[in-house]
Amino acid sequence: MSVDADTVRRIARLARIAVAEDEVEHLQGELNAMLAFVEQLQEVDVAGIEPMTSVTPMAMKMRVDEVTDGGDAEAVLANAPQSEDGFYLVPKVIE
Amino acid sequence: MTELTSLTLAEARDRLRNKDISAVELTNAHVVAVAKARALNAYVLETPEQAVSMAKASDARLANGEAGPLEGIPLAIKDLFATKGVRTTACSHILDNFVPTYESTITSQLWRDGAVMLGKTNNDEFAMGSSNETSSFGTVQSPWRREGSNTPLVPGGSSGGSAAAVAAQLCLGATATDTGGSIRQPAAFTGTVGIKPTYGRCSRWGVVAFASSLDQAGPITKTVRDAAIMLRSMAGPDAKDTTCVDRPVPDFEAAIGKSVKGLRIGIPKEYRLDGMPAEIEKIWSQGCEWLKSAGAELVDVSLPHTKYALPAYYIVAPAEASSNLARYDGVRYGLRVPGRDITDMYEKTRAEGFGAEVRRRVMIGTYVLSAGYYDAYYLRAQQVRTLIKRDFEQCFAAGVHAMLTPATPSAAFGIGEKGGADPVEMYLNDVFTVTVNMAGLPGIAVPAGSDAQGLPLGLQLIGRPFDEETLFSLGEVIEREAGRFVAKPWW
Repeated sequence: MSVDADTVRRIARLARIAVAEDEVEHLQGELNAMLAFVEQLQEVDVAGIEPMTSVTPMAMKMRVDEVTDGGDAEAVLANAPQSEDGFYLVPKVIE
Repeated sequence: MTELTSLTLAEARDRLRNKDISAVELTNAHVVAVAKARALNAYVLETPEQAVSMAKASDARLANGEAGPLEGIPLAIKDLFATKGVRTTACSHILDNFVPTYESTITSQLWRDGAVMLGKTNNDEFAMGSSNETSSFGTVQSPWRREGSNTPLVPGGSSGGSAAAVAAQLCLGATATDTGGSIRQPAAFTGTVGIKPTYGRCSRWGVVAFASSLDQAGPITKTVRDAAIMLRSMAGPDAKDTTCVDRPVPDFEAAIGKSVKGLRIGIPKEYRLDGMPAEIEKIWSQGCEWLKSAGAELVDVSLPHTKYALPAYYIVAPAEASSNLARYDGVRYGLRVPGRDITDMYEKTRAEGFGAEVRRRVMIGTYVLSAGYYDAYYLRAQQVRTLIKRDFEQCFAAGVHAMLTPATPSAAFGIGEKGGADPVEMYLNDVFTVTVNMAGLPGIAVPAGSDAQGLPLGLQLIGRPFDEETLFSLGEVIEREAGRFVAKPWW
């Protein structure tokens, strides 16, 4: 399988990464090189094989449902590019 | 003072305990060495004041008989570990100004045990790379050079700064992380020891995430014993990471010097690649001989799905990365580039913040997870991963205790030499290490010889899950025979 220029633009949009028009061709080449490399997986017989979901066999740990952390808005917001009154600021989303 | 930086971690620990040296003396010697070695670009942030104040506190504890297992030991921390109040960037422009308000579990355990922080070390951006060339702080120069040549070489990656710092004696040990070989490959390139423990041995909490089902932290050190000492402090259960197992941490150091008599060592035939340099073949056979002389039994084994590990990795790892890196959106932390609306802001922020390799992997990951392609790529890769793990399980079930393989398909290469035209050329560096991440197993790289140009080469030992101890015992046999590999300073 390989990707065309339109697919590259669509992936960039899904990944939320701006890609300039003059970068599309180069990216397409790189992505197709990677896809060509992984193509060999198609020759493996995977019929009836469970896909791996956990590399170490272990049951999910359970804990008591109680508050263990929080209440520190200042620390949470300390690295925000823009914040005000305990909120993150973003460009207007709803008209 | 130079002699203090040439101590091993274990030697320094013993001399501190005997009051032969002070922690402040030891730290100062390293602070001076770090400042003199800036040409290597191994550190992206030096924290000398913090180091000295931590060393003073260590001296007080040493005097009071309250010394921890790493008391007064100066360490370097890969810039992937969140350090409270100390800038942590993952060597990405998108995190240029990120100052964590919390400490990673692993580093907090190191400080609990008395270690001293010298600074943060360089790595490939978000740990994506095998040469440290994708870092937003620029590449690291290896302390090693080919005999009679000034060509700057890569230290390997992604933990290139950590490996270079250890090899150049700019710390007594360094933290590192390994998603596809990022501890073991730079260790092999720089003549140092690096262990990736079993998945779940160390907490991932507070370590910048790349591919969560593969990421595992471990130490890079001068010797096998040092790695055992440092791993003991790094490992252990953590309620903040549900994938971190509830298992007691053994005294790994006690495994050093333990007899390897009767251990069955698998030699996987699939690791013998066409066109592999003769020197790699040579150190591999040499390693076999050393283990045999020490009483181990060699067994030919087969891991038939080996060749599919790297392609499967380049689906699984980018897929998980695309999901993990979705958090860099210009809202909660890191870089923000203004846009005409919120989507435009996201897209511009991520375009400017991510380097070329990260962008490429996020895009591939997005593609293989997208509707219509998930089954063909991601699901199949996870099925292949089950088969890769099964290969190992069958060998272990047949009585194999560990496997011996080369660590890398070549010695270190020159800066700018690889991956320029085709990204896959760079990926092939991890052909021997990536299988271990896919199967969640422990793997250690130990220096075992040199190539014709005097560059170090490493061997890899792969162990059963949670049997790092056997790797330390076997690794020390190789180290004892091969000797240590120390770079000659030119910086």
